[in-house]
Amino acid sequence: MSHWIIAPVVLPALLAPIIAFVMRHDIVLARAASFTGTVALAAIAVGLTVAAAGGETFVYELGDWPAPFGIVLVLDRLSAMMLLLTSVLALIVLTHAAASGWDARGRHFHALFQFQLMGICGAFLTGDAFNLFVFFEVLLIASYGLMIHGGGRVRLQAGLQYVVMNLAGSTLFLFALGTLYATTGTLNIADLAVKVGEMPVDEAALVRVAAILLMIVFAIKAALFPVQFWLPGTYSNAPAPVAALFAIMTKVGGYAIIRIHTIVFGPDTAALGDLIGTWLMPAAVVTLAVGALGVLGARRLMPLVSFAVVGSMGTMMIAVSAFTPAATTAALYYVVHSTFAGAALFLLADLVISRRAAGDRLSTQVPTVQNGLFAALFFAAAVGMAGMPPLSGFLGKLVILDAMQPTPQMATAFAAILVASLLIIVGFARAGSTLFWKSTALATRAGGTDQQAQGAARGAGALEVAPTMAAVAALAGLSAFAGPVTGYMEAAAAQLYDSTGYIEAVLGQGTEG
Amino acid sequence: MEVVVASSVGVLTAAGVYLILRMRAFPVIIGLSLLTYAVNVFLFSTGRLAINAPPVLNKYADVPYSDPLPQALVLTAIVISFGMTAVLVMIALGAYLEADHDRIDMGEDEAEAAEKESGA
Repeated sequence: MSHWIIAPVVLPALLAPIIAFVMRHDIVLARAASFTGTVALAAIAVGLTVAAAGGETFVYELGDWPAPFGIVLVLDRLSAMMLLLTSVLALIVLTHAAASGWDARGRHFHALFQFQLMGICGAFLTGDAFNLFVFFEVLLIASYGLMIHGGGRVRLQAGLQYVVMNLAGSTLFLFALGTLYATTGTLNIADLAVKVGEMPVDEAALVRVAAILLMIVFAIKAALFPVQFWLPGTYSNAPAPVAALFAIMTKVGGYAIIRIHTIVFGPDTAALGDLIGTWLMPAAVVTLAVGALGVLGARRLMPLVSFAVVGSMGTMMIAVSAFTPAATTAALYYVVHSTFAGAALFLLADLVISRRAAGDRLSTQVPTVQNGLFAALFFAAAVGMAGMPPLSGFLGKLVILDAMQPTPQMATAFAAILVASLLIIVGFARAGSTLFWKSTALATRAGGTDQQAQGAARGAGALEVAPTMAAVAALAGLSAFAGPVTGYMEAAAAQLYDSTGYIEAVLGQGTEG
Repeated sequence: MEVVVASSVGVLTAAGVYLILRMRAFPVIIGLSLLTYAVNVFLFSTGRLAINAPPVLNKYADVPYSDPLPQALVLTAIVISFGMTAVLVMIALGAYLEADHDRIDMGEDEAEAAEKESGA
């Protein structure tokens, strides 16, 4: 049994206290340690992905207690992919935070960052529903600290709102787990799948309640309608690098729905039928509409990007709600795409906002330094987010639409995704032309008088722009290598829907040893 | 006993939800605490309600025992909710000191402040 499976949890868990206690007065040392740790995490994630790509499901029994009595960590294609995505995103965000000096504006940024990574990696790896709750709490408590990093009145208020929202969500999570345990007598995901699968339909009322409660909890994390309202306020008031890292947090909710509601409450379990898909689909469509209208109506740049993230979650969840392997493949591709697109936009927004006199208000102003560079990056990231060729957003939406074609929800899905894409394109076009294009006209009219004001803002160095460029490059790469990437995801989705493989890998272990 | 436990969970939850909807920092903190009490009692009862049944197996006598897992879950939930409440109190205090009011919701006032801060 390979101990590497637990490394993505243990490495940040060990590193974070060391950074917090030993390096708290030395930001350079903390940066170096945090960066080294994240690079190591990325290397481990690559190794685990290569191992998982073979198709084997690796199970790690904590304390060598056999499942379902002990807690297990499970590594399959899906969780390996999410780990890799997390670590690559973390590298990008960390570089930006260090280069732009965000990490020095408050205390303990790097320690909290590592704890956050620990929680996210743990949530992706765990094979136990209660352990999932614990890792959710770990990533949440770190995110509370990161959210209010740097302080300020509005940020603290938004942070308080975020904490209250998530504490209520955690309570709901516990209610759901309690209901589930009371009816099935287990919380191990593989064992749950067996028990729920065997449950006769007329005794399944409580399990259905638990399944819907769990879906609501994950929907809060994934910012699905009607519990999406916390996201714009939180993300647009969080420090920009933190908002970019939070791009993966909504995906944790999405991942949990994909994992639990496919393996345990899948569409072929008699106890549930297509209950989940029936509710998830309208919620996803409304989420997408809310996101698109928000993008169209936003008056500031950060809320605009936040609403774009809400919209992308809606698009992804439309694909998830179909619960077919093809649609899940599409959803997974869109997860990776929207994470990088959201991160690129947040990081770029930070570069622009910190150099504008008007902050993130969408108003015409004298252009900042490097207007052309920022405009080009914004254009590329917006093209990615809105889903136009040649970047991966277009391919992602194409794959989703293609996968939705044989399902009965085809008409709704097509209409929602296409109309929302149009609205998002208009919204981004308006924002981009206000920020970068109209301002050049203003500069020509004003002549050289504003040159001093312009020169006051420092240009972005190579290291500051590099993370944004890396995120945009990831979109391009995702588009260029769409074939191999979707090939891997197809295998991941197939593995996900073959729940017997997962169950045997987890529960079979007990009989062997 | 079932009626007492069930109704106490219900009353605690109702009171907690009501207090959270007050949208003021202090009632919200109390409301979330009540909600976590409710969920702790609820989790405790998921292992079936039994009296005089310790959660340990006794190999010398055939005595009844209760399910130990919910008790472990409750312990974890208590620890986590305690920590979370402490964090919440600190953040609420910080927000109150910064904003001079303890409302949780962000109104027009905050939207203006956000624009001003981002412009500064």
